Amino acid sequence: MSTPPENTTRRRLLMAVPLAGAAVVGVGFWKMLSGMQHGSFNPHNINAPVLNRPVPDFSVPDQAPGQGFTAQDLRALTQPVLVNFFASWCIPCLAEMPTLMGLKDDLPMWGIAYKDRPENAAGFLKHSGNPFTRLGNDHDGRVGIDWGISGVPETFLIGPGGIIRWHSAAPLDVDTIRSTLAPLLESLKKS
Amino acid sequence: MLSPELGHYALALACILAAAQGILPLIGAQRRDRRVMMLAPGLAVGQLLALLASFLCLVNAAVTDDFSVQNIAANSAVSKPLLYKITGVWGNHEGSILLWALILGICGAAVAAFGRNLPSALRARVIAVLGAVAAGFELFCLTTSDPFARVWPAPMDGQGMNPLLQDPGLAFHPPILYTGYVGFAVPFAFAIAALMEGRVDAAWGRWVRPWAVAAWCFLTCGIALGSWWSYYVLGWGGYWFWDPVENASLIPWLTGTALIHSAIVVEKRESLKIWTVLLAIATFSFSLSGTFLVRSGILNSVHAFANDPARGIFILGLLAVVIGGSLALFAYRAPTLTAGGLFAPVSREGALVLNNILLCSLCAVVVTGTMYPPFMSLLFDRTISVGKPFFDATTIPLAIPLFIFMGFGPMLPWKRAQLWPVLQRLWIAALLAGVAFAVFTFGMSGIPPILCSALAVWVICSSVLDIADRVRLFRMPLSGSLQRARMLPRSIFGTAIAHAGVGITILGLAAMSQAQHKIVEVPVGTTEHLAGYDWTLTDVKQEPGPNYTALVATLEVRHNGKIVTIMHPSKRSFNSQNQTTTEVSIHTNLLADLYGVLGDKHGTDAAPTYVLRLHYNPLAPWMWLGALIMAIGGALSLSDRRMRVGAPRRAKSSSDTVTTA
Repeated sequence: MSTPPENTTRRRLLMAVPLAGAAVVGVGFWKMLSGMQHGSFNPHNINAPVLNRPVPDFSVPDQAPGQGFTAQDLRALTQPVLVNFFASWCIPCLAEMPTLMGLKDDLPMWGIAYKDRPENAAGFLKHSGNPFTRLGNDHDGRVGIDWGISGVPETFLIGPGGIIRWHSAAPLDVDTIRSTLAPLLESLKKS
Repeated sequence: MLSPELGHYALALACILAAAQGILPLIGAQRRDRRVMMLAPGLAVGQLLALLASFLCLVNAAVTDDFSVQNIAANSAVSKPLLYKITGVWGNHEGSILLWALILGICGAAVAAFGRNLPSALRARVIAVLGAVAAGFELFCLTTSDPFARVWPAPMDGQGMNPLLQDPGLAFHPPILYTGYVGFAVPFAFAIAALMEGRVDAAWGRWVRPWAVAAWCFLTCGIALGSWWSYYVLGWGGYWFWDPVENASLIPWLTGTALIHSAIVVEKRESLKIWTVLLAIATFSFSLSGTFLVRSGILNSVHAFANDPARGIFILGLLAVVIGGSLALFAYRAPTLTAGGLFAPVSREGALVLNNILLCSLCAVVVTGTMYPPFMSLLFDRTISVGKPFFDATTIPLAIPLFIFMGFGPMLPWKRAQLWPVLQRLWIAALLAGVAFAVFTFGMSGIPPILCSALAVWVICSSVLDIADRVRLFRMPLSGSLQRARMLPRSIFGTAIAHAGVGITILGLAAMSQAQHKIVEVPVGTTEHLAGYDWTLTDVKQEPGPNYTALVATLEVRHNGKIVTIMHPSKRSFNSQNQTTTEVSIHTNLLADLYGVLGDKHGTDAAPTYVLRLHYNPLAPWMWLGALIMAIGGALSLSDRRMRVGAPRRAKSSSDTVTTA
C-alpha cells in the first residue's frame, strides 16, 4: 500500500499538530510560572481590575431610587468616590449595609445592583437604608464581568479622574475603613 | 517500626524500582530478550510493595500524632477524630501526591497480574511506560514535596484541619477521583506501547477498553461525589461552579467518554485507530495537567492547595517529558500506522464518530473557557472572567445533538444501516419525548431546560426500548423474552443503563434550573412561603460540640398544613481555627430537596433576627443518582464475558481485574 509522497507529508504534518499545540500551551504555562516568580503575573488578580488604572468602559441604567451612571461620569470626578456592587440576594451585603450607612457622610458612594431585579434591589434599599447617591442596575451581570468582580459585595475606591485606587472583595468593616481606607483617602486628598 | 524515615526510604526505593521498571523491559522488548522482559511484572509488584510500605508509614505517623513530621503538624491535631486522621493523609499536597503514586503503582501491578495473556513484548512495554511515569512522580514527591520531612522542635499539637474538609464525602472523594485520573494511565501506556510497536489492531482495542471503562467509572463517581459535597457542605445550593478544578476533572471525563466509545470501533471494525491512540494520550495528559497545574497555582481556584512556583517548574518539566514525549512519539509513528477504511455515515460506527466529534467539541469548549482568562492576561494584559453564562451558552448547543443521537446510536447496526427501520422502532420514545416536551412547556420556564428534559426522556426511553426490542418484549411470550434477556451480552445492558443514567442526570440538571430560593431575615416564630411549602422558624439555640459551638435552628416545614419535616440547619464556630461552617439541613423525597441554611444573627440580643436561606431544589438527587447509574452501567459492561475473554486466538482472560478493581 503506497501513498503519494505529498499525501504522506500532509499526514505527517497533521500528526504533529497535537505536539505543536501542546508545546504552545506549555510555553504559555512556563511564561506564567516565571512571571509568578518575578511577581509580574499573579493568577489571583485575574479577576480583579488592575489597580491604578482607569475604570473599564461601562454604563448602568437607573436603579430606583437613584440615577444610573457611566464610566465617563466616574472619569469626570474630582473627588474620590466608593463604588459598591451589591445584591438583595446576598447575605454579606445585608450585613455590610450599616457600615456603609455610617460612612456615607464622609465619602460619596455609588451603588450597582448586581444580577438583581430592580424591584428587589429597591426593596432591599428601603429596608436596609440607602447609602448611595447614584444607583445603577446590572441585571445580566455584564458590567460585573467588565469590572471583574468575583461576587458581591465588592467595593472599589475610585480616585479623581476615574482611577481605581483600592479594591476589596470582602464586606467592608470598621477596622478595614480605619486601617486602610481612611489613610488612603487622606493621601488622595493631599495629592 | 513504621518510622517516617523508613517511609522516606521506601519511597526512594520505589522510585529506583520504578526507574528500573521504566527502562529494563523496554530494552528487553527491543532485543526480544524474554528474560529481561520477564523482569517487568516483578519490578511492578516490588514498586507497589515499597509504595504501600511508604504510605503505611505516613498513615502510622498521622494516627499516632507524630507532630515531628511537618506534614502531620500542619494538617492534623490531637483532637481530630481517627477517621479524619487517616483520610487527612491525602487531604494535603504531599500526601495526595503519595496516594497518586500509590494508585499508579496499583495500576502497574494490576497489568502485571492480569495481563498474562497479552503478548509478552506488549505487556513489557505497557508496564515499562507505567513505571517511567511513576518514577517521574515519585521523584517529584521526593525532591519537592517530601511528605516525611521532620520539624524541630516538634510542636505539642498540630494546626488542625480545615473544618470544611472534615466530612465523610470529602474523605473518600480524592481516592476515587485519583483512581479515575490515574486509571487512564493504563490506556495511555497501551497507546505508547502500540506506537512503539507500530501496530494497532482489533485485539489492542479489546485489551485497552476494559481499563478505560474502569477508569471512567471511577472518574464519574469521583466527579459526582465532589459535586455532591459542594452542594451539601458549601451551603449555596449550587452543585457545579465551573471552577478550574472542577473543569480539570470534567475535561478528561469528556475525552475518556469519547475514548471508551472509539475503542469499540477499533475492536469491531479496526478503524479509528490513530484517533483512539490520540484520545488515550490526550485523556491521560488532561488528567495529569489538570491535577498538577492546579497545584502550581496557575489556575485560580477556590480549591487551592498551597502553591509554590518552584514546584510548578518541576511539574511543568515533568509534564513536558510525559506529554511532549508521547505526542512526539505520536507525531513520529502515527503516520506509519495503517489507516482504517471509510464507512457509511449512517451506521453504528458513523454514530460513534459523531459521538466523538461532539464530545471532543464539548471538551474543546471547556478547555477554552478554563484557559482563556490566564492566557488573555498573559498575552494582552487584559483581565476577564469566564463563568456560567459562557459555559451555558456554549455547552448546551453541543449537548443537544449529542443527546438526540444517543437515542439512535445503540440501535444502528454496524457497517451499513438505514435510518427508517430504526426510527420505526423508536417511535414510542419519540412520542413520549414529544409528550414530555408539551408537559414541561407548562411546568418549566426557559427553552434550554425544557428541550433538555424532553431529550432526557428520549434518551431514557430509547435505552429501555433498545433492550425491549432485543428481547422481543410483548412480541413473544414473557418467558421467551426472559430467556433472550439472559442470553443477551451484559455489555448491551451496560450501554443501556449508562445511557439511561445520562438521561437521569440531565433531568436533574434541567430541573435544577427551575430551583427556587429565598433569603430572609426574620425573628423566631415567622413563617415564610416558598414553592408551596410553609417554613416556620420555631427556635434557635446554642449547643456545644466537641471542638466548636453551634447555633442550631429548628425549622418546621408544612405542606397544606401537614408537617413534612423538621429541619435543624446550624452554624458552627470552631474555636481553634477561628472559622465558621454552615451545616445545611436537607430533606429529600428523591423528587425534590428542601434545603435550609442558617445565616448570621442580627438585631439586638433582646430581639434577635436570623438570616435564613431556603431552597426548593427539584430533582436535585437525580444529578448524582444518574452518575452512579452511569458507573453501574460501566461496571456491568466490564463484567461482560466478551470483555473478559481475550481476542479469539488467546483463550483466557486478559482483564478480570477491572471487575474487582
